[in-house]
Amino acid sequence: MSNDNNPEIVKDASMLKQKAMIAGNYEKLTNAKELGLKTTSTFVPGNVNELIQCFDMVNNLPEINALGNAMRKQSGAMITDAEKMGHSEDVCTYVKADIGMMAKGNLAPNGKPMPNPDMLMLSYTGCYTFLKWFELLREQYKCPTVMLHVPYQGDGKGEVTKSMRDYVVKQLKEEVIPTMEKISSVKFDIDKLREMMVRSAKAEDDLVWVLQTAKNKPTPIDGYFGAVYYIGPIFSAFRGTEDAVEYYQLLRQEIKERLDKGMGPLTPDGELKEEKYRLVVEGPPNWTNFREFWKMFYEEGAVCVASSYSKVGGVYDYDGFRHDPQNPLESIADYCLGCYTNRNLPERTKMMADLIEDYQADGLLINSIKSCNSFAAGELLMLREVENLSGKPGAFIETDLVDPRYFSPANVKNRLESYFQMIEQKRQAA
Amino acid sequence: MEELLSHNRKLIFMSVKEIIDRCEELFEDLNFTYAREWKAAEEGRKVVGYMPVYVPNEIIHAAGMLPLGILGGGDAMEVIHGDAYYQSYICRIPRSTVELGIMKNLDFVDGMLFPSLCDVIRNLSGVWKMLFPEVYARYFDTPQNFRSDIGGEFYRNDLQELREGLERLGSRKITDEDLKNSIKVYNEYRNKVREVYQYRAYQPWKVPASEVYLLMRAGEIMTPEDHIQTMTDYLAAVEKEERRMKDNCRVVLNGSFCEQPPLGLVKSIELAGCYVVDDDYMMVNRMITEDVEAEGDPLENLSEAFLKNSLSFPSKYEPSEEEKGKYLAEMVRERGAEGVIFSAPSFCDPALLDQPMLATVLEEQNIPYISFQYAENSGQMQPIREQAGTFADSIKLWSAA
Repeated sequence: MSNDNNPEIVKDASMLKQKAMIAGNYEKLTNAKELGLKTTSTFVPGNVNELIQCFDMVNNLPEINALGNAMRKQSGAMITDAEKMGHSEDVCTYVKADIGMMAKGNLAPNGKPMPNPDMLMLSYTGCYTFLKWFELLREQYKCPTVMLHVPYQGDGKGEVTKSMRDYVVKQLKEEVIPTMEKISSVKFDIDKLREMMVRSAKAEDDLVWVLQTAKNKPTPIDGYFGAVYYIGPIFSAFRGTEDAVEYYQLLRQEIKERLDKGMGPLTPDGELKEEKYRLVVEGPPNWTNFREFWKMFYEEGAVCVASSYSKVGGVYDYDGFRHDPQNPLESIADYCLGCYTNRNLPERTKMMADLIEDYQADGLLINSIKSCNSFAAGELLMLREVENLSGKPGAFIETDLVDPRYFSPANVKNRLESYFQMIEQKRQAA
Repeated sequence: MEELLSHNRKLIFMSVKEIIDRCEELFEDLNFTYAREWKAAEEGRKVVGYMPVYVPNEIIHAAGMLPLGILGGGDAMEVIHGDAYYQSYICRIPRSTVELGIMKNLDFVDGMLFPSLCDVIRNLSGVWKMLFPEVYARYFDTPQNFRSDIGGEFYRNDLQELREGLERLGSRKITDEDLKNSIKVYNEYRNKVREVYQYRAYQPWKVPASEVYLLMRAGEIMTPEDHIQTMTDYLAAVEKEERRMKDNCRVVLNGSFCEQPPLGLVKSIELAGCYVVDDDYMMVNRMITEDVEAEGDPLENLSEAFLKNSLSFPSKYEPSEEEKGKYLAEMVRERGAEGVIFSAPSFCDPALLDQPMLATVLEEQNIPYISFQYAENSGQMQPIREQAGTFADSIKLWSAA
């Protein structure tokens, strides 16, 4: 969590570690040709990072590039460029930011151009737009594209059927692995994959421990804005690596220290001293005005103790899933199938209601994202149901992922303030 | 069956106007009287609704149930409750469908299927489970891997789960024989649909787009047997009518596979000087492009038919970059069309994200196109009429031909 303008904030070791990891991956990506490395683009939900690493390939995540560009205030121009190229105003702004980034030279944060990917790993998990997104990229890059269709858990209560699991495993064996072998010229080594899985599970244990510290009062972490940073390594290019294990060990130590000292969560303006409202948040954050958005919470003493977004790249803290070295391909399948947006709305709703209870929250706040129907469609019903199930008030705000045109600070702030007042009134009435 | 035959006999010898009036009546009837009467005619009958784009109606039919296409509320329905469930940036079809549910227009529907089309329809399956827990509601997946031993196996299992779900709903077994019989019915049905489409492509002045639209909409409500007869009667009646050929241009419509345009939009395009010679309305009735094998394992046959012989649509992955969008250019060529009109609902992710790729293919082949967006309750047709009219004029006056 960097804040270069605020000298009071001393960066924790985990922050420095993460920064170095991300910078290192961008260096590897942008120097891939010189280093003789193959690159693949893929998505955060349902990413098969351990497999990608098994073939010594470098992982590029267009979603992360888009949100990074938004945080650097560059996505707006990229989106308008894509719209000028014929992309509708109505569709996902992640896609348009990515296409606009290409048009502007496809520069990585280090200022060097991204290489054209050697492969597009279309992990089709929990979002229909992914399919169109990579068809659009394939049109530009003309590179091999592998579809990994992860069936939606439309029925049942979070139960992955044998048919679903077998389907994903078969695709991994028959389509994904052979393509990766061909592109990388590296033979698949299942023992190497197992070793990665051991490291994945270790990091997952530590991440879950960190996220669940928010059950304490006061919470030592923010489970939404803060968690965005905590999930960074495991949801992106590092799950399965020694770096990720080290990062989560460091993070756990730091959070334990905060917990032991009874400290509140860290914000860009220092520690949150007084925890007045504890919220569960559904939906991704807004990236274009991330700091401004966060400030609207901590200025009012509001802390987010849990969020669905901290599960978007894998649900580890709900039903005990861990990558399993004994059944590596099956556990990749279970991981993909269990991603948050791949679960049906009734289950997601129950999850939010459970989080309110488990984390002693004051209610559910939904940040509904204009670009993201996977999250957004059905959220108004979810709000009502969670209010009924938990007996706690909910609130609804609307922003976008990376399109600055859809972030209206005054409206969002107004609604948040009203929500906090509503919580106060409920408390007084109780 | 006797009742159906008697109903069919009533349709025989009807004029085009009478047939289309009947279809329009069905189209406008948001109380779904036809389906209600069908259900009431025999004890134990069930009705299963389905959303666009594709479900294998053969299985519903084999269960002795009526497949009922749910295509939103159209422009005649005032949406009040539905708007409380969906944000302004989400398309209209889920809100009007929820409105239909809440207002009890669908209170006779025993099951609802939500095909894998987009995130909105996908999540609507969950909304339905939460709002109407007494209804059998199922998200219906189709494979994105088209190998028989991978996607085919998964899909066959999916079809079996649907079969078992409908068996529980109907409290009766669906035998292989039931399925084989239904496959034969739907083979005949699809052949008749294709005949209408071919007839229109051949003589579009005799078969206006609005009539074909209403005719096919009726098929979303009627039994397939009834609809086969209606289409047969329509073609016979059309053959007898004199209709003047106009100097219109020939266009293919693309992008309207889910939320439907108001009927006025369909008419406006034609009035603007365009003969519609193909479209992607209600693709469920021709998704499978060849006869499904009726012998052998029926579920495997249905699975293979989807894998090997199904139409392209935006939510279906195209594994080959070279083939992406080619189907549209081929459709233009096969139908003798002179241009494409992209007509997609606002906020329709699959259609709008697909459109730039399709446009690239058309540009490469020098096929002109225009695009506009609509909602099922769009009221102002004049801008669309002007746009389509200008497009038609530009083709007629300045095309190379």
